[in-house]
Amino acid sequence: MTAVHDEVLSFDEAMEKYDPALGFEVHVELNTKTKMFSSAPNGFGDTPNTNITPVDLGLPGVLPVVNRVAVESSIKIGLALGCKIAERSHFARKNYFYPDTPKNFQTSQYDEPIAYDGAIDIELADGTVFTVEIERAHMEEDAGKLTHMGGATGRIQGAEFSLVDYNRAGVPLVEIVTKPILGAGRRAPELAKAYVAAIREIVKNLGVSDARMERGNVRCDANVSLMPKGSTTLGTRTETKNVNSLRSVEHAVTYEIQRHAAVLDSGAAIVQETRHWHEDTRSTTAGRPKSDADDYRYFPEPDLVPVVTNDAWIEKLRSELPEPPAERRKRLQADWGYSDAEFRDVVNAGVMSSVEDTVAAGVSPAVARKWWMGEISRRAKIADVEPAELGVTPELIVELNALIESGKINDKLSREVLDGVLAGEGTPAQVVEARGLAVVSDDGPLLEAIDGALAAQPDVAEKIRGGKVQAVGAIVGGVMKATRGQADAGRVRELILQRLGVEG
Amino acid sequence: MSEIIRLSAAALAQKLQSREVSAVDATQAHLDRIAAVDGSINAFLHVNTQEALLVAAEVDKARADGDTLHPLAGVPIAVKDLIVTKGQPTTAGSKILEGWHSPYDATVIRRLREARMPILGKTNLDEFAMGSSTEHSAYGPTRNPWDLDRIPGGSGGGSAAAVAAFEAPLALGTDTGGSIRQPGAVTGTVGVKPTYGGVSRYGAIAMASSLDQIGPVSRTVLDSALLHEVIGGHDPHDSTSLTDPVGALVEAARRGEVKGLRVGVIKELSGEGYQTGVLNRFAESLDLLRSAGAEIVEVSCPNFKYALGAYYLIMPSEASSNLAKYDGVRFGLRVVPEGAPTIERVMGATRAAGFGDEVKRRIILGTYALSAGYYDAYYGSAQKVRTLIQRDFNAAFTQADVLISPTAPTTAFRLGEKLDDPLAMYLNDVATIPANMAGIPGLSLPNGLADEDNLPVGIQLLAPARQDARLYRVGAVLESLLEDKWGGPLLAQAPEIAGVK
Repeated sequence: MTAVHDEVLSFDEAMEKYDPALGFEVHVELNTKTKMFSSAPNGFGDTPNTNITPVDLGLPGVLPVVNRVAVESSIKIGLALGCKIAERSHFARKNYFYPDTPKNFQTSQYDEPIAYDGAIDIELADGTVFTVEIERAHMEEDAGKLTHMGGATGRIQGAEFSLVDYNRAGVPLVEIVTKPILGAGRRAPELAKAYVAAIREIVKNLGVSDARMERGNVRCDANVSLMPKGSTTLGTRTETKNVNSLRSVEHAVTYEIQRHAAVLDSGAAIVQETRHWHEDTRSTTAGRPKSDADDYRYFPEPDLVPVVTNDAWIEKLRSELPEPPAERRKRLQADWGYSDAEFRDVVNAGVMSSVEDTVAAGVSPAVARKWWMGEISRRAKIADVEPAELGVTPELIVELNALIESGKINDKLSREVLDGVLAGEGTPAQVVEARGLAVVSDDGPLLEAIDGALAAQPDVAEKIRGGKVQAVGAIVGGVMKATRGQADAGRVRELILQRLGVEG
Repeated sequence: MSEIIRLSAAALAQKLQSREVSAVDATQAHLDRIAAVDGSINAFLHVNTQEALLVAAEVDKARADGDTLHPLAGVPIAVKDLIVTKGQPTTAGSKILEGWHSPYDATVIRRLREARMPILGKTNLDEFAMGSSTEHSAYGPTRNPWDLDRIPGGSGGGSAAAVAAFEAPLALGTDTGGSIRQPGAVTGTVGVKPTYGGVSRYGAIAMASSLDQIGPVSRTVLDSALLHEVIGGHDPHDSTSLTDPVGALVEAARRGEVKGLRVGVIKELSGEGYQTGVLNRFAESLDLLRSAGAEIVEVSCPNFKYALGAYYLIMPSEASSNLAKYDGVRFGLRVVPEGAPTIERVMGATRAAGFGDEVKRRIILGTYALSAGYYDAYYGSAQKVRTLIQRDFNAAFTQADVLISPTAPTTAFRLGEKLDDPLAMYLNDVATIPANMAGIPGLSLPNGLADEDNLPVGIQLLAPARQDARLYRVGAVLESLLEDKWGGPLLAQAPEIAGVK
C-alpha cells in the first residue's frame, strides 16, 4: 500500500470546531512466572519457541488451566482502578483465524469480566484532575509473535514468508477498557499520555507487571472521535492500534483529532476502522475496516470453569495493595519539603523510590536528592541504564555522606571513592585508605603549597591584598592542583586570607 | 491361545496374577487374533506390537521378581484413536492428522501405563468422533463382527468391534452423544459414559468439550468397572475434572443389588421409531429386574424431545471452535495451493483437503449457530434446552434411583444405508444424547438379539451425576439375570468371523 498523506486541520482550528472523545484499551502483560493457562515460563527475549508446552501450541487434546496468580494480579489491578470485582466471571472464546493464535481462538473474557465499573483520577502537569471511568478490566492470553520476512512493509501483505514465535502465546494479559472520556477538550492529547502513564505506574507499583512499554508490557489502543461543538452525540471513532510509548500516545491522539477534523470539515464521514501508528512520520494509516459487527463468534469457554471470588479473598488481596502512586507522591513531597519542580524532576528521573530508601537509610532529603539527581543520574546516563540499576545502595550513600560531613573527604573525592566501591575495592573507608584519598588537613603541607601558589601568581596576590577578595579563587585552584585535590578548599581559602592579612 | 482371548479382563487378570498365563502370552494371543481377523473387521488403525510386548515382558519380569503390581497389570487394551499416545500415531480418524505423533500422553494413557497395561493399538472411529457408524473414518469403515455388512456403531465402532471380535478384552472410548454406548449396543458389548468430569479429558481430542467424556468398553460390567477405576479420578490438567475420588465401582459391580431399587422407565425413550425387537427385549429385561425385586416405575422427561435438536447446535458450535486449530501451521497436513500461497489460502486448502464431509457439515453448522445475530436463537436456546433436560432428570431421579431405556432405537444397520441421510444417522443417538446434555453417567449392556434380524440390542442405565457406582450395581445384576437366561454371554452366540485367516 502506498502511503497517502491525509489532510489534517491545525490542532487549534480543530479544537475551535470540535470536542474530542477518547477511549483506551490498554493491554498489560502480567509478570507471572508461568503463562495464563499453562505451566510454560513467562519470559522475554528467550530463544524462539522454547517457552512452550503442548498447551501453548494448541496441540490436539490439550486443555487450559487458569493461573491463580494471574487471577490475583487481575483482581489487584481491578481494585487499584476502583473497580467492582465479579463474584463469578467466565472465560470465553474469541474465534478468528490467524497464525499467531495457536488454537485460532483467543481465550478471553467477554460478557463476564473479572473487574468492572471503576474510575481513576488523572492529574495533569498543572495539577488539573480528570476522572477517567473504567468500564472493565478482563483477563486474556497474548498471541505469539509474527515476523514477516521479505517484502517492503514488514507486514504480512507482500511478505515472502513469516516466522512465528509462540513464546509469547499464552502470556497473561489484563485488558483495561475505559468508558468514553469526554470534556478533555484541547487537553485530550495530554490526558491521553497521562492516562497511559498512570496505568503503567499503577501496575508497576502493584508489582504485577514489569510495565516496560518498550518490551510491550503495556500496549495502548487509542480510540478517538470528534463531535461538533455543542453536540452530545458521539462521532464515529477510529482505533489506533499499538501506540506503544507515552509520547506516541500523545502524538497519535493529536494526529487523529486533526485528521478527523479535516475529514469532517470536508463533509465526508469518518470510516470506522483501525489505524496504524507510524512513529517516523507521526501519522496514522488505515488498517482493516472495523465494525461493531466484527464476528468473533464468542461463546463461553467450555474447557474452563467460572472464576469464583469471595469477600475474604478479595479483602485479603486489597490488604496487600501498596499505597496508590498518587497518594504516595503527595506524602513523599510533603515529607521531603521539595518544591514542585524539584519533586517533578526526581519523579521524571525515576529515582523517587531510591531517594525514599536513601532517606530511610539516614541522610537528609536534600542530600539524597543531590546524590540521585547528580552523580548517580550522570553515571546512569553514560551507562545508559536506570539510576537504580547502577548498584548504588542507600547504605553506600550514607557512608559517603558521613565521610564528607566529617571532613575526611570532599565532594570531588567522594566521586573517586564511589568509583572504587563500584569497582569492588571495598567499603568507602577502605577505598579512601587504599587510594590515599583523605583530605589533607595538616596545615603544614598546605601552607607550603599556598606559598608556592602565591609566588607563582604575584599579581593575583597583590589584588587580594588590595581588597579584591573574590580573586582568591585562582590561588585556591593552584593549591588544589598542587595537592591533587586532597585539600579542604574551605580551609585553604581561610589560610590564604590569613597569610595575606585580609579579612574574609 | 484361543482360550485366552475369550476370557474376561477380570478372569485374565486372575490368571496373570497366579502366573498361570504370562502377560507376553496374553498380549501375543490378542496380537495374533488381530492379525487373523482385523483384515475383515478393520477395528485397528495402528497395531502397537513392539511396545505392547515390551510392556508385557516387563510385567512378567516384575511379577517374577515378586513386585506388587496393579491388578490389571499385563491385561492388554485397545485405545480409540481420538486419545493421544506417545510412540504411536494419533489420527482422530482424519486425513488432517495422518502421520502425526503426539509428544505427550493423555492422562488416561498415563494411568494405563502406570497400571502397566500393554496398549495393543489405536482403534478406528468416525472422523473426530463425528458419526454413529464409523463410516466417516478417513481410513475406511469398521465392520460389525456379528455381520460384516453392517456398521459397528459410532463413533467408537473400532473399540466396540475390537472387544466384540476378541481382539482386545478392554478398550477406551469417548462418548459425546453416545459414541461409547451405541456401538456397545449394536456389537453386544458393554460401554460406559462416566459422569462428566469423572475421567480426565486431557489428551482426548476435543469434539464438543462440554459433552465429551472418556469411558470404558468391555465385554462384562465388572470389566468396565475395573477399567473405570484405573482411568477415573481428579486430574489437575483438566479444569472440568471432578475432585471426588473415583469411588468403589468394582465393589459395586461385584455386589450387584436391585432389591427395593426404583427403576424408572423413561416414557419418551420408547415406542415410535424403536424397532420391535429392541422393545421386546427391553420389556423382558424390565420383567427380569422386577422378578429380582426392583420396583419399575414410569417417569416422564417431556423436554427430551428437544434434546437431539439442541445437541446438534451445541455440539457443532463447540466443534467448529475446537477444530479451528487444524490449519496446517503447526502440525498435521499442510496443503499449499497453486499460485500465491497466502496464509488464508494455505489454511483453506489444508482444511478443504484434510476434513471429510461430515466434519465440514458440522463446522459449517456450528459456525452459523455461533454467528452474531443467530447466537441467541441457536446456541443460546440450545443451552436453555440443556437446562430443561437437566431439570427433567432431576425430577425423574426423585422418583427413581436409576433410569432405564433402550440404548439405541435399532440394531446395526447396513453399511452405506444411512450415509446419504445425516438426519436418519443422527436419530441413532436419540436415547444416549440426554445423558451427555446433563453430564450424568450412562451404561449400556447387551440385552439380547432382536427377533427380526438376530442382531444385538442394548439396554441403557442412567444414574445421577457422581453415582456411577449405581450403574455397576444394577448393571451387574441385569447382566447376570440375562446370562442365566441365555446360558452364557451373548457374544458366545456371535457367528465366527468370515474371512479369518
